Amino acid sequence: MRHRERAIEVSGLWRRYGPKGEGGFDAVRGLDFTVERGELFALLGTNGAGKTSTVELLEGLERPSRGTVRVLGHDPFGERRTVRPRIGIMLQEGGFPADLSVRETARMWAGITTDPRDIGETLDLVGLGRREEVRIKQLSGGERRRLDLALALLGHPEVLFLDEPTTGMDPEGRRDTWRLVRELRAQGTTVVLTTHYLDEAEELADRLAIMREGRVVVTGTPAEVTAARPSRIRFDLPEGVPPARLPLSVPAAVDGRRVEVRTDRLQEALTELLLWARREELTLQGLDARSATLEEAFLEIARGGPGADAPDGHEHAEVGA
Amino acid sequence: MSTVVMTRMRALGRAELTLLLRNRTALFTAMLMPLLFVFLTRMSVTDEALDATGFSAGGLVLSGGLGIVLVLVVYSNLVASFVARREELLLKRLRTGEPSDGEILGGTALPSVAIGLTQCAVLVVAGVLALDVPAPARVDVLLAGLLLGALMMTALAAATSAFTKSAESAQLTVLPLMMLSLIGSGLMVPLEVMPDGLAAVARLLPLSPVMELVRHGWLGEGDGLDVLRALGLSVVWCALAVFAVRRWFRWEPRR
Repeated sequence: MRHRERAIEVSGLWRRYGPKGEGGFDAVRGLDFTVERGELFALLGTNGAGKTSTVELLEGLERPSRGTVRVLGHDPFGERRTVRPRIGIMLQEGGFPADLSVRETARMWAGITTDPRDIGETLDLVGLGRREEVRIKQLSGGERRRLDLALALLGHPEVLFLDEPTTGMDPEGRRDTWRLVRELRAQGTTVVLTTHYLDEAEELADRLAIMREGRVVVTGTPAEVTAARPSRIRFDLPEGVPPARLPLSVPAAVDGRRVEVRTDRLQEALTELLLWARREELTLQGLDARSATLEEAFLEIARGGPGADAPDGHEHAEVGA
Repeated sequence: MSTVVMTRMRALGRAELTLLLRNRTALFTAMLMPLLFVFLTRMSVTDEALDATGFSAGGLVLSGGLGIVLVLVVYSNLVASFVARREELLLKRLRTGEPSDGEILGGTALPSVAIGLTQCAVLVVAGVLALDVPAPARVDVLLAGLLLGALMMTALAAATSAFTKSAESAQLTVLPLMMLSLIGSGLMVPLEVMPDGLAAVARLLPLSPVMELVRHGWLGEGDGLDVLRALGLSVVWCALAVFAVRRWFRWEPRR
């Protein structure tokens, strides 16, 4: 079924903590973005970049200081009654009573949810089917995250908000969660994901935005975001070879023995380097060449923005004898 | 209230009841403390106090007992519950769901209020059947007093929780209102034995008008004007308490 309205529309969004003027702090500074129906949109950023502050506005937990949010065509804060039954929320930091069992907690949540899914089925879905009778206080951190996810799914959400969903999960739990999120997306659920695991975003996201200091600095598909970044080649400079002997056409940075080359033309730079090594009869220990990953793109952006790349060209340090 | 709201509050109340039944200390406080206090009051009521009011010892002690139940079972218990649910981050999580803020607080309060009102009913029945206290003169006024009292205690508990760091410190933060009510609202000492000036101030305390309604409803004390005044003052206190909740209640722990 086609839906006309967009899943999420954000324009000119600001969120301020504290008073006007000096004493306050703008955590979110003028965001504009849209999330289409059925899309998986990831919001990335270092701690304090404003991800959770933003997501809380999208979820309707707080009112923006300026700008508008529309979720499924409605104001999530002012029209909470209309929006809430259609969305599911998994907080970064939510909790449950230590003395309730998994099943009792899910039953409570089903009782406050319009047309809930079957409890047993939902707990099976997140892999807690065999833990129904266990008290919350006996669950591991990862199991609590699974329960939290189960509750977010109980109301058949059209838009699902996942704030750091796999934090505290073991690798198997993360894989399970990723598979489940992909299944939900395949069924048409829109997902807004914040995470600090970049492989998670790379694995799941259709589109992503990287935030820094309350602003979106880069947005696009994971491929688009990484395509704009240089690839990297690393190796150890052999004994007795001064950095000055490196081929001039290859932009290298030397740190002790370790050489790092950053380039937009990985194949050419690598060919050049390997030909040079053969000519000079050198063995390049620890040789490693790779395209940019989301992690590299992220770190670079988090450090200082897309314009502030690591210095190009030769930067020769003293090489010990 | 719509059925949806009722369903949601029942789901929250059921979870809260499960938790209460698993918390031995809270359960003990809720079940046995009112009895203990009623017994202590009976020991402390003097003939002189009885002469001042014109009530039987049974009537005075048991009607005071209803107020004691409101303070100990509803107020005191709920401060601890609200704080515990906040510190467990449950309140924060619940706020992402469909219920309104009022439903969350109301649902959480449901078991304590139900237990408190049941105990009140037991006290009334026991008084009438076993202790020669007359049957309630105006059941409607008695009920109005108890319901307003339960609402007021719930809202004051939520407001108190805002100034309470942990479930343990709730044992301290409930004391001011508890002591003030026990002494100043006629739960243990009838206001009639106080000097007039002091009694006039004591009549303005939150639980005092509730107790006036209770005593009028059960024992027939006071006239129609007194009842209206007490109703009005109870509503004012409820409104103030609800305002305090909206202004100060915290849904998540202070970081």
